[in-house]
Amino acid sequence: MLDVSEVTGGGIVPPPTLHQGGPAAIPHAKGAWFDPVFEGLCFGAATLLLASLSGLVISLAIGGWPALSHFGLSFFTSTTWNPVDDVYGAAGPIVGTILTAFVALAIALPLAIGIAVYLVEFCPRMLARSVSIAVELLAGIPSIVYGMWGLFVFAPLFAKYVQMPLIMHAAPGSLAEKLFAGVPNGANIVTASIILAIMILPYMATVLRELLLTVPPQVREAAYGLGCTPFEVVTSVIVPYVRRELVGVVMLGLGRALGETMAVTFVIGNAHGFPKSLFASGSTLASTIANEFTEATGELHTSALIALGLVLFMITFSVLALARALLSTKKV
Amino acid sequence: MFKKVTIAVGAAVLVSGLAYAADLAGAGATFPAPVYAKWAEAYKAATNNQLNYQAIGSGGGIKQIKAKTVDFGASDKPLKPEELNSAGLYQFPTVIGGVVPVTNIPGLHSGQLRLTGALLGDIFLGNIKNWNDQRIHAANPRVTLPNLPITVVHRSDGSGTSFLFTTYLSMKNPAWAKQVGGSDSVEWPTGLGGKGNDGVSAFVKQTVGAIGYVEYAYAKQNKMPYVLIQNKVGQYPAPNAAAFGSAAASAPWANAPGNYVLLLDQPGAKTWPISGATFILLYKNQQNAETGKSVLSFFDWAYKNGDAAANALDYVPLPVGVKTLIRKQWAANITSGGKPIFVTK
Repeated sequence: MLDVSEVTGGGIVPPPTLHQGGPAAIPHAKGAWFDPVFEGLCFGAATLLLASLSGLVISLAIGGWPALSHFGLSFFTSTTWNPVDDVYGAAGPIVGTILTAFVALAIALPLAIGIAVYLVEFCPRMLARSVSIAVELLAGIPSIVYGMWGLFVFAPLFAKYVQMPLIMHAAPGSLAEKLFAGVPNGANIVTASIILAIMILPYMATVLRELLLTVPPQVREAAYGLGCTPFEVVTSVIVPYVRRELVGVVMLGLGRALGETMAVTFVIGNAHGFPKSLFASGSTLASTIANEFTEATGELHTSALIALGLVLFMITFSVLALARALLSTKKV
Repeated sequence: MFKKVTIAVGAAVLVSGLAYAADLAGAGATFPAPVYAKWAEAYKAATNNQLNYQAIGSGGGIKQIKAKTVDFGASDKPLKPEELNSAGLYQFPTVIGGVVPVTNIPGLHSGQLRLTGALLGDIFLGNIKNWNDQRIHAANPRVTLPNLPITVVHRSDGSGTSFLFTTYLSMKNPAWAKQVGGSDSVEWPTGLGGKGNDGVSAFVKQTVGAIGYVEYAYAKQNKMPYVLIQNKVGQYPAPNAAAFGSAAASAPWANAPGNYVLLLDQPGAKTWPISGATFILLYKNQQNAETGKSVLSFFDWAYKNGDAAANALDYVPLPVGVKTLIRKQWAANITSGGKPIFVTK
């Protein structure tokens, strides 16, 4: 138990026996030469990651520079995406990316909390095993499969049983009519967000379950001892106990939703420009790259697509930075 | 002991075989990838020469041949003669395909609806919004069309199919030419985009009143209801192998510098107006004569023996006259160290 907590405590922790001494004197004399090598290897692993990350950013910046310098600020504000005239603006995909990711998060987070709380607090042990295996299996499905399933199975059902009734029942001239306007074929922002939510759910639920398991049993028992109902234990003791880490879980889901490519490409409808309603077609940064990169021959077109990659990187980076900031201010 | 010897001999044969037959590498267009793979398989069985083709998209194929990382590139749209010359490249066609508009209109069968290129352009521009529009009715006096809004479905990914379709619309509809133009990917004025032929067909099937466009082979294999398009001489032929072959036979290959030929709106009563060939790109001056020879022998072999395989996969082989012309071009254009490397028999 002690070893595990020390190792997971972060950083390079030498084997505890080395400092604590003890009867096993011969083994560490033998292994001592390895320690600097081990430290070197770990250092190498960490710097390799940093080097490849900065290499990636630099190559994205170099590749995207022709487009960014050519269009300047209008690359971020214009919704025109016209490969024929070589005019590119990323505003549509930027809005589409952020919108789908946050709608997906709004759907997935309550479900993830529900799954994790049920598994840890209420579920019979036998069922808990099979449910958590099912949740982990969901995480293993390739995104192209979600895309296919979304396009051929989910989108038609969604169009028929959700989109059509909503359009039919929206009062003329109301806000609902504006929100639900669009061709009922299931290729829209909301469908993409739901598929995304299903995709990020297993990650969030699994991490959240591990998180809830770290809540010391004494805390839980003390709360019950004070006469709390199970609902009160969960809402006012357990969830607040892990709320700092919860931000991390949210960011994990958001990070994946922002960058998801294939599944979104299949069901979002791929229209450039701002989505006019929740049920209108849109596009995301990643889906635009996936759609156009293979056949992009013009220099500016290729460069604009690489610049989209850079923009996506910047958005993900700001999300992570925001998460860090939230984590440091919310110290319990 | 005996077993060991056979393994050793087997290994030696294998190694020498690999060393002897240098693998050819090509990359590019996805549209002809199935037929190239089939040809490569049959070619290996016949000659023991290996050819690897990576279907990475036409854009990638052009980039790779320019970077000289492959022995040949492949593109679904021909490069302009100027671009070929500046890169020292030569291109030739291999197989033909076509683009077919498909619809989802209740009660309407395949081939019942007839449109002109100009009307098709107006529909894809969003200027004609309903199937009961007077202009569509005028072209189809005997067909009752429902009061149904039109949903336009197009390809979301850049593709040779979109290039042929939008270039054809630019030729037939001045407003389209001015507003949109022809390219692998364009700024679509209306509608929604599906990824690949399967994405377009899924949205067309799911949306009543939809019209989209897919490759002929895809429409045929999935039995999608197609629209007939008026060709240059005013006829409405059915899209089939003969109609695409007729487009290739009518095209002016002999007078086209760099084989820059679009099989769009070609003459001939049986010609399907939205046809197109797919192309192979290679350097005029081959640094390694052996490699250049091997590439040309492969396509020579495919021209001779590959028609059945192409037909089986719903690609249309080139007419014999075009093949003869291309072989002559190889002999005249492809050299290594100043000497021609292909000899016509």
